[in-house]
Amino acid sequence: MSAPARPLDELDRRIINLMQEDFPLAERPFLAFADRLNVSERQLIARIERLLQERTLTRFGPLFNADRMGGVNLLAAMAAPEADYEEIALVVNAQPEVAHNYRREHALNMWFVVAAETPRRAEMACARIEAATGLEVFRFPKEREYFVELKLQA
Amino acid sequence: MSTPHSRTAAHKLDDLDRRLVRATQGGLPLVPRPYHQLADQLGLSPDEVIGRLRAMLDSGVIRRIGVVPNHYALGYVANGMTVWDVDDARIDALGEAVGRLDCVSHCYRRPRRPPMWPYNLFAMVHGHSREEVEAQAARIAALLGPALRARDILYSSHILKKTGLRLTEAASGER
Repeated sequence: MSAPARPLDELDRRIINLMQEDFPLAERPFLAFADRLNVSERQLIARIERLLQERTLTRFGPLFNADRMGGVNLLAAMAAPEADYEEIALVVNAQPEVAHNYRREHALNMWFVVAAETPRRAEMACARIEAATGLEVFRFPKEREYFVELKLQA
Repeated sequence: MSTPHSRTAAHKLDDLDRRLVRATQGGLPLVPRPYHQLADQLGLSPDEVIGRLRAMLDSGVIRRIGVVPNHYALGYVANGMTVWDVDDARIDALGEAVGRLDCVSHCYRRPRRPPMWPYNLFAMVHGHSREEVEAQAARIAALLGPALRARDILYSSHILKKTGLRLTEAASGER
């Protein structure tokens, strides 16, 4: 969560701003972006690799929507006692279905997303967490999606 | 991309699609011909790999293909989950309007869990400071007007895990 050791340069920023969508489905998909960025295909690939290693990028590739595969993305939360917080986080993170987990400042202080291919698998992951921790997992299934579109300006 | 796909039927993935999802959920190969490398890996033709990815994009199984930045590395250190208790009779119209604000990245209706949790509208807001997030929350509050009964902002103070979707081997037979 700390700032990267190396400050972002102009090329980093342009890559991040240009490449958050529409990566082509073509034989050499990096070429069109390399041309727009005035770098070679090799340079572009090497820079993306470096941004991933530095954790400025968390991923590069397709972003899947579990809902559309017949699966679910279930938001869930727990009120984890501070004394056991780290241990509870380990239990939650150990479930392969847990895609994200964030500490948040609230009585419900651990918020995670269970991404599973079937509602039953999501429910099983929640039940395993409840059994292992003795705490209630509050489920917040999506009832309506009004908007999803995350784009950040570098 | 903001179309609410959740109201249309799911795209039925076959075994090849599922192998392709598994091969790319960690990311695309960083080589000049990434789809060719995937094709070699999976024993498919490059055209088939591209065609199947195209179909998944068209149906919304893939939201987009691109880079995913780390908020914190870009200076978005204030990530607020703004939550609102909104009159049930008005929430759908207001949820759509909140989702149209450019500061909101995700906006959903979810069930209340009284007494612990009275909120039914969730809107994620990202800023360089808490003041920026609070200014954006004030815009949301103004939009909700008299339909708003209670509100809070939950800031994330630590990422405990962030991997994205992982299809597991065990899940493949369970459909």
